[in-house]
Amino acid sequence: MTEILSVRNLSKTYPAQGKTLSVLNDINFEIQQGSTVSIVGPSGSGKTTLLGLCAGLDRASSGSVVLNGIKLDELNEDERARVRNQHVGFIFQNFQLLPTLTALENVMVPLELRGERNVKASALTLLEKVGLAARGHHYPSQLSGGEQQRVSLARAFSNSPKILFADEPTGNLDTETGQKVEKLLFELNRDAGTTLILVTHDLELASKTNRIIRLKGGAILNDSL
Amino acid sequence: MENKPLNISWLFLMAWRDSRKNKARLFLFISSMILGIAALVAIYGIGDNLTKDIDRQAATLIGADLDVRTNKSPDSAARKFTDSLRKQADAYSEEQSFPSMILFMKGGGTRLVQIRALSGNFPFYGDIETTPKSAAKTFRDKHDVLVDKTLMLQYQANVGDSVQIGKVNFRIAGILNQAPGQTGFSSTIAPSVFMPLRYLKATNLAQKGSRINYNFYYKLKPQTDVDAMVTRLTPAFERHDLDQDTIKSKKESTGRSFSDVTKFLSLVGFIALLLGCIGVASAVHIYVKEKMQSIAILRCMGLSSKQAFLIFLIQITIIGFIGAVAGAALGSIIQQVLPIVFKDFLPLELQVTISWKAIGQGILLGVIISILFSLLPLISIRKVSPLNTIRVSDHTESTSKDPWRWFVYLLIFGFITCFARLQLEGWRQTLVFSISLVIGFIVLYGVAAASVWLIRKFFPSSWSYIWRQGLSNLYRPNNQTTILVLSIGLGTTFICTLFFVQSILMDRITLSTSENQPNMVIFDIQSKQRAAITELTKSEGLPLIQEVPIVTMRLQEINGVNAMENKNDSIRKYSNRAYNRELRVTFRDSLTSSERLIEGKWQGQAQDTAHISLEQGYAKSAHLSIGDRLVFNVQGVMVPAIVGSIREVDWNRVQTNFRLVFPKGVIDDAPQFHVLVTRVPNAAASAAFQQKVVSTYPNVSIIDLALILNVLDEILNKIGFVIRFMASFSIITGLIVLISSVLISKYQRMQESVLLRTIGASSLQVFMITALEYFFLGSIAAFTGIVLALIGNWGLAKFSFEVPFSPDWLTVVSIFFSISLLTTLIGVLNSRSALNRPPLEILRKNA
Ligand SMILES: Nc1ncnc2c1ncn2[C@@H]1O[C@H](COP(=O)(O)OP(=O)(O)OP(=O)(O)O)[C@@H](O)[C@H]1O
Ligand SMILES: [Mg+2]
Repeated sequence: MTEILSVRNLSKTYPAQGKTLSVLNDINFEIQQGSTVSIVGPSGSGKTTLLGLCAGLDRASSGSVVLNGIKLDELNEDERARVRNQHVGFIFQNFQLLPTLTALENVMVPLELRGERNVKASALTLLEKVGLAARGHHYPSQLSGGEQQRVSLARAFSNSPKILFADEPTGNLDTETGQKVEKLLFELNRDAGTTLILVTHDLELASKTNRIIRLKGGAILNDSL
Repeated sequence: MENKPLNISWLFLMAWRDSRKNKARLFLFISSMILGIAALVAIYGIGDNLTKDIDRQAATLIGADLDVRTNKSPDSAARKFTDSLRKQADAYSEEQSFPSMILFMKGGGTRLVQIRALSGNFPFYGDIETTPKSAAKTFRDKHDVLVDKTLMLQYQANVGDSVQIGKVNFRIAGILNQAPGQTGFSSTIAPSVFMPLRYLKATNLAQKGSRINYNFYYKLKPQTDVDAMVTRLTPAFERHDLDQDTIKSKKESTGRSFSDVTKFLSLVGFIALLLGCIGVASAVHIYVKEKMQSIAILRCMGLSSKQAFLIFLIQITIIGFIGAVAGAALGSIIQQVLPIVFKDFLPLELQVTISWKAIGQGILLGVIISILFSLLPLISIRKVSPLNTIRVSDHTESTSKDPWRWFVYLLIFGFITCFARLQLEGWRQTLVFSISLVIGFIVLYGVAAASVWLIRKFFPSSWSYIWRQGLSNLYRPNNQTTILVLSIGLGTTFICTLFFVQSILMDRITLSTSENQPNMVIFDIQSKQRAAITELTKSEGLPLIQEVPIVTMRLQEINGVNAMENKNDSIRKYSNRAYNRELRVTFRDSLTSSERLIEGKWQGQAQDTAHISLEQGYAKSAHLSIGDRLVFNVQGVMVPAIVGSIREVDWNRVQTNFRLVFPKGVIDDAPQFHVLVTRVPNAAASAAFQQKVVSTYPNVSIIDLALILNVLDEILNKIGFVIRFMASFSIITGLIVLISSVLISKYQRMQESVLLRTIGASSLQVFMITALEYFFLGSIAAFTGIVLALIGNWGLAKFSFEVPFSPDWLTVVSIFFSISLLTTLIGVLNSRSALNRPPLEILRKNA
């Protein structure tokens, strides 16, 4: 198996009232292609920050992130955007659909961004997969939270990412809907071999992944590998 | 990594998708621009129509190919020259025109008119329009005249009636409706009467000393190159002291004077547009702010910063285009109506047609402006970090360091300057205009920042909750203080300025018509008539307010240099005009109440050489100063004089004022005319008195100021209307900007009000908080705007109009309260949806 993500000596600090606030401190791990990993830890331990750095949403203060062989730290914001578009999917705790686009258009955007044409059919297929084919022309404000999360799932899958980051994907959903979303996530991992990295407070969900990385105070407390 | 294609068509698609749910917002953004564009398109359109009409009707403006003019009786050499030109002409006419009284025999009415004594078949192009139509031809061969239609109406005269000009009776052959080059106003001020030239002598009016203008009109042979001919003959024209006009030069001078008017009006329109630009900028600013989250999400999915920027640029450009088209359409409609006001100022018939050029200019301007003023907020889109998706961070890179920002500022400044330069004369004025605009902007920005700082620093913690909350809304996150103070403040400044300038203009041209001011001037009184007319005036019970002798003369030499020597001198020391001008001079022993000595010493009685006094403007234009030695040609007699003093003259007073005043004892016996100034109590007394004077002394002319004041009043009303009309564009635009800024900020405040209500605030409390917030905002903005306007207009009054600045404080105070209360009202009206509806509904909607 090949390495899809490699994190080396990763640190993140924020300037805070003259001093520096260290949020992540010397994080190291590798993740194999096709595996499922959950990151757990108490609130404020730096999970979201770590995820953001791995997905190339932010720049580390020191250390490096190599995603699918690409060193993210050496890229500028636009080059990282391109990497995200090509290789990365992202699911947010609060869905983050584009409010001015319909559900279907939300799913189409990542494909269209790649310059692909006639993407409607494949987007519809994805919506069908998450059970929302009939709601394609609805705007996010017309969908329930769970439905919105499923649309965001379809959107994350749409560019067939090599790696999918999910920040508390079920955090805002009831157990039953949450489980539906979970099921979809693992199916994707199984069918397309997408690497899955999720942040969760749900230990039951965490236990279903191959590997659990525990964070505390910005450092790895324990890595189940 | 290969470069990512921009994928333009997809960007357009996204721009369209995103706009679907924002139509109302986007409309707000363009609405503030529409009126400014409309104003400009209307004015440009009229200007364009005018240019075309002047082009088309140029020949009829002058009526001939060549018009040779002089205001002094041509000597035999000049006569010979003008006659020689006839060899190249197919047709020739001569005209002598001068002001004189005419007497209507039937009603006995008298009135000062412009006599135009004509020979030949002028005009060769266009027509003298008369009723009946044939009169324009027939009067020339008979003992007939054409009388202006306003006169005919005023004195209820009919065709066939008699009028007396000088000592001679003429029959009215027809009503004069329109003559070449005449405007509606010129015929009300000095209505024309055409008569055959060959009877002029008999009237006894064309005497030496009368102000006669001589015109020689030529219709040249068809193949003549008029302008080449004029260039060739220029030395001859100068030698004989003749002026000349051709169709081309007439066209240019007419075009120039109207382009000045349209330029001024476009500047007023531009101010409306600038105000709209502020609206555009603030609307887009807030719009973009709300789009940050969406942009962050798109960035997360791999949108490049350039693409993000372009999506919204495309959106704004298209919306700007739609707004510009709407503005241009509205402008074209206004353009059809505006000529009703202009008509009387124009020397030609205005054909109002849709001007595609003006529409094109307006649309282009609209698009440029919407892009230019959106760029500032739009460039910040490039800096939106995808991190915003996981955490609304306030650490988005500060855009003030963005070099593009300064580039945009520069672009905007450059644009405003260039546009202003097109409307203004010279770079100095232009720079003053655009730099004051920048200063105004900075001051307002500074005041907004300072008020926020002050409120924070000296926060009145002892106030009640509602007051504190309302006040603190000015500085809490997401506040609109800066943008609203800027737009409302600048709007207030513009509106105030318009009011001030209007009142300065009106004050300036309103002549004093108060009690005991003279209202009748009798001139051209010959020396031998003087005693009798004075007696007549007194016997009518009218006061002799002023009685002044006038001697006409020319300047022969300045410090030993005569006109010829001055002309041939490589460095012309004195202006040629100074020599050519016919001067009307008086002599007296003291200054009048409207004069003030500013330099030198007044001489009342001449000792040896006369020490004369010059009016300061004249001294300046003729390059004369104290001690200069002059020689005057007083109708053939050379009179030496020394410049002894310089006077300041208040020309606004109704009385005779002079550029040159001689002391007594030098020209007292020179051939002279007299002017008598009096006051008549009413129109009837005026008519009776005029009739008495004119029937006995037909050469005497009388100006009835009451009549002139009426005409002036009419002109002022029309000018005032045009100014107010243009100003109303700015004012309405200001209101729209105000409404849209407040409407936009509502989206920010709404959520909060709802949350407040959710946690139990009463509607009244929320209402009061909102009202107070907007009242604070409105009053800070209005106050600053007014202070700016006061400073700016003080400068304008002092340096540009040169009048004392006395703002109407009542207006100022009412503008302050209107703006503050209007802001409050609009703010409250817009937030009422947060007050009346159940909180849940709104929370859901904004989710
Ligand atoms: N921009 C910032 N400036 C300063 N501190 C920050 C910033 N962003 C995050 N932090 C701090 O970094 C720490 C980690 O935040 P992070 O969001 O990664 O926590 P988390 O593990 O995701 O918590 P939760 O489970 O509550 O979501 C927190 O203490 C947070 O306050
Ligand atoms: Mg988190």
